[in-house]
Amino acid sequence: MREHTAAIRPPRALWVPFILGRPLGVPNDPAFQRRVLLAALQLLEAPAGPVLEDYSEEAPQPGEEASEGFACPVRFAPAQAKDDLAGALQREIATLAPWYDMAKVKQRGRSTATLSGLTAGEMAAFIARFINDAATPSYRDDVSLPLALRLVTQDLKAWYLEAASAQPGARAALEARNWFWHDTAAGQAFLRLRDACLAHPDDTIKGIGARSLVPLAIAPRPEGSDALRRY
Amino acid sequence: MARLADLGEWEQELLLQMLDEIPAYSGQPWQSGAPLAQRRVALLTTSGIHRHDDHAYSDGAVANEYRVIPGDVNADELVMSHLSSNFDRTGFQQDTNVVFPIDRLRELATEGVIGSLAAFHYAVMGAARLPGLEATARQIAKLLKQDSVDAVLLTPV
Repeated sequence: MREHTAAIRPPRALWVPFILGRPLGVPNDPAFQRRVLLAALQLLEAPAGPVLEDYSEEAPQPGEEASEGFACPVRFAPAQAKDDLAGALQREIATLAPWYDMAKVKQRGRSTATLSGLTAGEMAAFIARFINDAATPSYRDDVSLPLALRLVTQDLKAWYLEAASAQPGARAALEARNWFWHDTAAGQAFLRLRDACLAHPDDTIKGIGARSLVPLAIAPRPEGSDALRRY
Repeated sequence: MARLADLGEWEQELLLQMLDEIPAYSGQPWQSGAPLAQRRVALLTTSGIHRHDDHAYSDGAVANEYRVIPGDVNADELVMSHLSSNFDRTGFQQDTNVVFPIDRLRELATEGVIGSLAAFHYAVMGAARLPGLEATARQIAKLLKQDSVDAVLLTPV
């Protein structure tokens, strides 16, 4: 945030108008990334500082035509997921699997959904078990339960978003986020997992529920006058 | 960096509250140096990335650890285990360079725009608390000096 950089006053900083998570602006656009990079590196030759410069070129947004191409790859049925979350997750994963495979081909075999070492089906089963039984152990003896929860949820979300990215039609990050959280059984499962973590006796797991599972843009605002102070 | 106004209402409130937690620094270091074409450049990112076979970032004190990224790394080998879910990861999934512009820097080094690239680059996990990260930062600074680095590009998420 520009506000925080202005308060810290580092010797040289370039403020960029891009969404959090994309400091170079646009994936797979080397020319755009190069312009941002050069603007930052050229601050090294500033004669005096501190320097806080604004980068003015906006990241291009997908056009309306491309956004219309975003088709939800699964049919999420909330009532069905409520009664049989584990089954709904497995059916959803089976539907998305061809798109995930396609995404890996497009990415030359690369996937970022590999932290836990589990398959998507195994990740979903672990999450469903933990929601139903807070005494569920980690999926591996040498991985603590809090870390297991984090790695599995990060992987499963990455798996879904990679699968969605393979569909035709470019889409904005915000659109993909809304799809995951509002239109999939996995999004529903993460919200229920958050509740299970918040009710867990272990403070580290409570913390994961409060801060790591669901983005602030989706999670309900904490209640109480000093709730944010404790966040 | 990004626009505060692009975030939700209580996310903005939370981030503005964090302004109060920024420590006061004594002095404002300023170093001039050689022209860009003679600089040896390293990348330092707070994005919580690491090679696939490295340990993931965890909670607590271990969140203050750093990861070493070899200068000859293939960008496709890098994964991300940052604790926060509050930033976009779809860009990184498509192209590591949107977070860690190693290929762009290699191009600039080949063209002579920068002098050279460091032998090693570094990553930390940006959700770690500042007091715990100071020792990590000092250790990384020593390593950068040993590598004769005289310019560091910090990429936050």
